[in-house]
Amino acid sequence: MPEITRDEVAHLANLARIDLSDAELDQLAPQLSVILESVASISGVAGDDVPPTSHALPLTNVFREDVNTPCLTPEQALAGAPAVDQQRFSVPRILGEEA
Amino acid sequence: MSITRRTAAEIADALAAGETTSVEITRAHIDRIAQVDGAVHAFLHVDAAGALEQAAASDARRAEGRTLSPLDGVPIAVKDVLATEGLPTTCGSKILEGWVPPYDATVVRRLREAGLPILGKTNMDEFAMGSSTEHSAYGPTHNPWDLDRIPGGSGGGSAAAVAAFEAPLALGTDTGGSIRQPGAVTGTVGHKPTYGGVSRYGLVALANSLDQVGPVTRTVLDSALLHEVIGGHDPLDSTSVDQPLPSLVEAARRGASGDLTGLRVGVITELSGDGWQPGVMARFQESVDLLVKAGAEVVEVSCPTFVHALATYYLILPAEASSNLAKFDAMRYGLRVWPEGRPDASAEEVMRATRDAGFGDEVKRRIILGTYALSSGYYDAYYGQAQKVRTLISRDFDAAFAKADVLVSPTAPTTAFRLGEKLDDPIAMYLNDLATIPANLAGVPGISVPSGLADEDGLPAGFQILAPALADDRCYRVGAALEALLHDQWGGSLLDKAPALEGARP
Repeated sequence: MPEITRDEVAHLANLARIDLSDAELDQLAPQLSVILESVASISGVAGDDVPPTSHALPLTNVFREDVNTPCLTPEQALAGAPAVDQQRFSVPRILGEEA
Repeated sequence: MSITRRTAAEIADALAAGETTSVEITRAHIDRIAQVDGAVHAFLHVDAAGALEQAAASDARRAEGRTLSPLDGVPIAVKDVLATEGLPTTCGSKILEGWVPPYDATVVRRLREAGLPILGKTNMDEFAMGSSTEHSAYGPTHNPWDLDRIPGGSGGGSAAAVAAFEAPLALGTDTGGSIRQPGAVTGTVGHKPTYGGVSRYGLVALANSLDQVGPVTRTVLDSALLHEVIGGHDPLDSTSVDQPLPSLVEAARRGASGDLTGLRVGVITELSGDGWQPGVMARFQESVDLLVKAGAEVVEVSCPTFVHALATYYLILPAEASSNLAKFDAMRYGLRVWPEGRPDASAEEVMRATRDAGFGDEVKRRIILGTYALSSGYYDAYYGQAQKVRTLISRDFDAAFAKADVLVSPTAPTTAFRLGEKLDDPIAMYLNDLATIPANLAGVPGISVPSGLADEDGLPAGFQILAPALADDRCYRVGAALEALLHDQWGGSLLDKAPALEGARP
């Protein structure tokens, strides 16, 4: 299995929305390579005929009655927000200046 | 003897007999926390006022002849990964520092409805990622047996709290061994229920398909009592099993008689050998011999795919974790950090800066690994393959349970290692979970019971008992039998041999 490069780690960090410092990238790339090497042993263990398991229990389509149930008040829902404005979550700008 | 050294069952009996009050019991544990937690650091938050108020309410109920459950008035500690209305819930992470949930996890609600005063929230590896509690953003927990050693993880805080007599009961969560491995290295009992047997609603998810909430206690009976309070179907968790629990307390009481005639015990071949500490193996073998003396029949069973369980787990877990932790986006709750000198930063830039500042090294490592395992081009080779091996591991269990009623192994390959010893070597850290991970992958229940002290270092070792899905009662029956036989040999509990901690350096 392929070794993971520093550039690849930077790309993955970008996908995962984490700003990693240069020092963190230097440290993570070799660590991830070692981890990937150690998990590579599972390749070829299961043949094409083995179905995947996503869940330990064979549960499918769990429904409840379509009735209103109590939920959080707006005050409760907003209680942990970093910033609130007029009973709404206040967030940094979403679009660029030119938009 | 201080009342903090009593088991939960003994406290419940004393309350029922009117020999003590919940306020007295709760106060004693709060005093004990004040006395030793500076050195142990099992708690991230102690709610003395709230616990005493709940204890007073319990005493008032009892005075009127009303009790809510057999454990009404018995105080408990809760792992900080479970949402508690009005109490901080941080998951051991800076990204949730100071967050106070607006709702209770179902298991916490059930504790309140059963009348258990909540002492506080216990320390853990950040988002339950770790086997030593060293990945907590708030500093490690120390093992009460030797303060320079790890208490296991991720639930080291809950295990240390009961081992240090700071609480008679605690809740833990187990994704790859986080209840059982801390139990083993602190000389306490921990049970991971069948997947779906206990509600996960309000548990901050690490890996949804593996996580389970379970009891952390000093005796098998106490675990059974607590399991009966928290277990059973919950419509708020769509993976909850809609079936009644087997009678766990009865199984523990029956097991304590020490008779296991006719029980078939399977020793798993693959969970021994190189890398297993001789003292841990010696206590394991003695425990197996005791089960035989109690009438059990021992067979050796092979689970060949178990050698791939660790690799399978470290692909599935990061994949699920990286998706789960995407919700920490600095918008609706938790930390918000602006990039330095950028008051005009966009939401996405704030998100990146926040996740860098708020997550610790191990969390970042696993998010990046999970993102890799799920990315196109690698998905089939990693995540897809891991899911297939998961099927093979379940099949190994099916075949083994055709030959044996329960399967046994040491809980962890070694006793507690020194703080810092494995912090820079993720693979060495991951190996702690070798014996506990297969149960999570297959969804079967498992309990860890103290098996004695290893000769090399005088530190506790654990004995793991695994049962088929929904047969948690077998874990309690066999666990209670082993515990009773060992207590006879030791002339008491293993924790009687632990250091007193009074006057321990903070």
